[in-house]
Amino acid sequence: MKIISDPVEISAFWNEVEMKTPGHSRLEACIQCGSCGGSCPVAGDMDYTPRKIFAMIRAGMEEEVLKSNTPWYCVSCYTCAVRCPQDIHITDIMYTLKNMAIEKGLCKINSAKHFSKTFIGYVESNGRSFEFGLATRQSLRYMPMGMLGTAAVGLGMLTKNRMEMTPSKIENINQLQTILATAKELEVTS
Amino acid sequence: MKKYLFYPGCSMGDVARSYMVSLMAIKERIGLDLQEIDDWNCCGATEYFSVNQLPAHALVGRNLALAQDQSNGLDTIMAPCSACYLNLSKTENYMGENQALNDAVNAALGAGGLNYKPGSMEIRHLLDIIYHDIGLDVIKQHVTNPLKGLRVAAYYGCLIFRPDVNNRWTNPKSQMAFEDIMEALGASVVDYPMRAECCSGHMPQIDRGTAYEMIRHLINGAAEQSADVIATLCPMCQLNLDMYQKEMNKYFRKQYSIPVLYITQLMGLAFGANPDELGIGSEFINPRAALERVGTDFPEEELRPKQKKKNEGLPMPTMPSEVKER
Amino acid sequence: MTDKKVKSNGDERVGVYVCHCGSNIAGVVDVEGVAKWATEELGDKGVVIGKDYKFMCSSLGQEMIQEDIKKEKLTRVVVAACSPHLHEKTFRTATERGGLNPYLCEMASIREQVSWVHTDKTIATEKAKAMINGAVERVIRHQPLEPIRVPINEATLIVGGGIAGIQAALEIANTGYPVYLVEREPSIGGHMAQFDKTFPTLDCSACILTPRMSEVGTHPNITLLTWSEVENVDGYVGNFNVTVRKKARYVDEELCTGCRICVQKCPKKVIDDVFEVGLGYRKAIYTPFDQAIPNIPVMDAENCTFFEKGTCKACEKFCPTEAIDFEQEDEVLNLDVGNIILATGYDLFDTRRIPQYGYGKFENVFTSLEFERMCNAAGPTNGEIFLRDGKTQPESVGIIHCVGSRDVNYNEHCSAICCMQSLKFAHLVHERTGGKVYNFYIDIRTPAKDYEEFYNKVLEEGTMFVRGKVGEVTDVPRLNEESGKLYIQAEDTLAGVQRRIPVDMVILSAALEPRYDANDVAKQFGISCSSNGWFTEKHPKLDPVATMTEGLFIAGCATGPKDIPASVAQGSAASARVISYIEAGELELEPVRATVDETKCSGCLICNDLCPFNAIEYIEEKDVSYIQEALCQGCGTCVAACPAGAISGTGFSNEQVLAQIDGLLMVDFKPAAVEKA
Repeated sequence: MKIISDPVEISAFWNEVEMKTPGHSRLEACIQCGSCGGSCPVAGDMDYTPRKIFAMIRAGMEEEVLKSNTPWYCVSCYTCAVRCPQDIHITDIMYTLKNMAIEKGLCKINSAKHFSKTFIGYVESNGRSFEFGLATRQSLRYMPMGMLGTAAVGLGMLTKNRMEMTPSKIENINQLQTILATAKELEVTS
Repeated sequence: MKKYLFYPGCSMGDVARSYMVSLMAIKERIGLDLQEIDDWNCCGATEYFSVNQLPAHALVGRNLALAQDQSNGLDTIMAPCSACYLNLSKTENYMGENQALNDAVNAALGAGGLNYKPGSMEIRHLLDIIYHDIGLDVIKQHVTNPLKGLRVAAYYGCLIFRPDVNNRWTNPKSQMAFEDIMEALGASVVDYPMRAECCSGHMPQIDRGTAYEMIRHLINGAAEQSADVIATLCPMCQLNLDMYQKEMNKYFRKQYSIPVLYITQLMGLAFGANPDELGIGSEFINPRAALERVGTDFPEEELRPKQKKKNEGLPMPTMPSEVKER
Repeated sequence: MTDKKVKSNGDERVGVYVCHCGSNIAGVVDVEGVAKWATEELGDKGVVIGKDYKFMCSSLGQEMIQEDIKKEKLTRVVVAACSPHLHEKTFRTATERGGLNPYLCEMASIREQVSWVHTDKTIATEKAKAMINGAVERVIRHQPLEPIRVPINEATLIVGGGIAGIQAALEIANTGYPVYLVEREPSIGGHMAQFDKTFPTLDCSACILTPRMSEVGTHPNITLLTWSEVENVDGYVGNFNVTVRKKARYVDEELCTGCRICVQKCPKKVIDDVFEVGLGYRKAIYTPFDQAIPNIPVMDAENCTFFEKGTCKACEKFCPTEAIDFEQEDEVLNLDVGNIILATGYDLFDTRRIPQYGYGKFENVFTSLEFERMCNAAGPTNGEIFLRDGKTQPESVGIIHCVGSRDVNYNEHCSAICCMQSLKFAHLVHERTGGKVYNFYIDIRTPAKDYEEFYNKVLEEGTMFVRGKVGEVTDVPRLNEESGKLYIQAEDTLAGVQRRIPVDMVILSAALEPRYDANDVAKQFGISCSSNGWFTEKHPKLDPVATMTEGLFIAGCATGPKDIPASVAQGSAASARVISYIEAGELELEPVRATVDETKCSGCLICNDLCPFNAIEYIEEKDVSYIQEALCQGCGTCVAACPAGAISGTGFSNEQVLAQIDGLLMVDFKPAAVEKA
């Protein structure tokens, strides 16, 4: 039987989402009109449309929301955000949900999680993104069957001089790492 | 010469090398003086924000702070990549609007000996600068090899128009900037209804099927309008539409073959530059056949979007370029 | 404690009444103590009696004041109670009944300003005392005042000939008083004349409207001024002088019989942007619709061949009564009226502002007014529902609610009528075509009588409702099965899926907005309007047809979106108010006004522009400013602004106000013994 009843639990999740989104997300203003779900280019492939996710947040359905693929399928095109009649910062909320899904270990789209983390890994070591490394590690892990196809594309990129085999690094990488470390600490405490 | 601080973004060094090369090739001609921000770091694309929001803002913040320190009297950062443009302008804007975020980001920057005062830097996309600052007249002056005969689908992608945190594109006229520039180069612009729809971003890494469908929709739209080439202004868009086009063809059993070139490459060609100087040749879909159309004639009717002929039916409403705001 | 028994200072005899207001005041302020204090300590100022009572506003409380005035021969009254906003009138009336001039009563608001905002009883009680002290200091300096009596001119000006204006005009005219009805279009009727059927009864709009229009046209008490606009408004309630410009019709109204041969013969056809909303045509000389009142055509000089090139004159040639007059000029009329009703109506939201709905881009996207014209039997398709080609019936129609309403990007408000209108459209499509109908909504708003029943009727007709604000209307196929239609993409929020529904025709239920020049009109007439242009009523709940400016009333959609019954009700309400003023013959206005001391005025004109009620004028011959009593609302802005201190407010003179301040600060107060509770 699924009946949602605990008022404390309900607001805890919503409050957390609100707090972790920079600025004022205006999620409380949602009239559930469906403009976002109607505009989203990927809504057809999401477990729940953006609008439904907001209804679920308001009902405190933390697990369902964070386990869903919706935040990961969001392509950050901002179409929903510009059309929302209540000016809700939808895309920012999607980023927050991604953060929380990873943090709480509920993210089910491992390929997305891995992609983001690998990307960040390179940025944090080098200060720049590293396509070759990223593409290789991602396809090795998540699309091994498609390796041949991917390898062909990858080879194409290399021969057309559109991919470097070694990462480039910024000079002041220590400075960047210090900054990021401080930011991470602050994020935990805020 | 118009001077700007320059934030290239990671792709310009590899994936979008031709964008960089072609930009460098044309900048002198149109009077662009670009001062690269010293030791800039990655903007984080969409990936960093997916994992940690505050560090993501701090990551961008370092670039803003470096630019501010370097400024030399310049206060505008030009970013040619839409995603970098979005991240820089979003962080800049959010820091200005939200004191708590500002304090947190500056605390993090402070640990690295940096600080950024929101409002110090204006962030603008390359298209914005070419259209508003350089202007169509200057462009026309330098056209020695008009792209007559070339049918172009001008593809903006998402992030240049949305969320438009600094209201740079509210004037409806400016929303035709890309088309106007292409016409100034002598090319013929096709009607492209999906001009601001999403290229699918990083979706190819997550769900190929969904991504290919979005890419197919864009390529198909251009094909329907008989476009010879799709013009882009973002490395991500170019990559998705170009690199994955053949994969997408296989997936859907289609035979699309529309090359995808950067705005700067087309500008370079019109200015008489050699294709090699502009990085042409590094695309997956070969633009050679399309470029051979330059200088040819073709029947006008092929190109014109479905014009509303004077019919016996009911009249259509008038569409002035300026819609009246109250 | 010295002997401070009840003794007046010889000049005035003041009665102080301190109200408990149940426990509202008494719960925080020591009311008995304060009353006693007033009697004992303020005797040298004139207080002869101080009482406290549970509810001063009750009949007993009021009677107490009346009796005391007579018994104690009081010359001034102070009531320390709630806000004057609530009961100033009550206590003034009581004072008057007691035989004293009502303006010799002053209130001290020890509820809103003391007991409701302080919790510390000591402080509250001391503050109450200070306030009463201030009130006493003030009231002993009050002069008896007589209300200003303004005669009311019998005539009324009504601006706007839509249903609200028509209703108001008929009500007043039928009572026997003259009305000037000014309408900017060539005919009265307003938007209601454009509709086909009205919800929920599905009455034919013209059928119920035209009898009223006819009555207006033939009424002996109504002077109909169409194709006219108000240029200037001077004066004040009861005595307005209005300048109206009757634009040249180029047709002599006396000679014209309304035969319309001129219209037939006119060779120049243009798109009718106003009445036909761009969907149909009219001639350069035209009447907007067949039942137009007055039935006299108007020449559109901008599009007339004669005015452009000097040729044609077909209308003149064929007119059997020689009524065409190309030399005709605008006529400027000066009207004296007592009251004005503004019923100027609404404009439709410009749907081109929402590009993703495709209006103007796709042929078969129509606005609500366009669809009304299409359904109207006298419209461009004779009442048949066709696509833009004028001949094909649609097989499926999508009706989109909330276009430009309930959206921070355009208009935050809900337009009140579009849900019902959309249901009506659904019904009409069922009635006239075999087509499928989809309504895309966020909420279905059916608040009035028989409205919900109408919704049920439309449901039973098989209308398909999709709850989802439409994302976009597109002709680009996205899925394999699609081709050749318009697709409405929306999330079906009740099913939780994105849907793309193919339709032949899309109808946009666009928002109702204030008229594009509403702000200018409001300024011209001296009333206020909201930032987007809806006229502001005096009180949103209790006074919906009056404005803050005496003698100016508002009715209909000009104050906010509403349906026809509500507009009619407001028209009647406004006319009833006007009639009551006219019947009273004269109006009593608050004598609290500002006056200019001519000896001190230097003619600097600073006050003229500052007055929010346009009450100050400059008399050039004397080089001084003059304040129109009747327009002045006593706000005090000019009093404060005058650099020479030449303006003082009756009932708010410098002396009175300064004395009150001193009283509040207990400046002259010599306490016998200040008791700290």
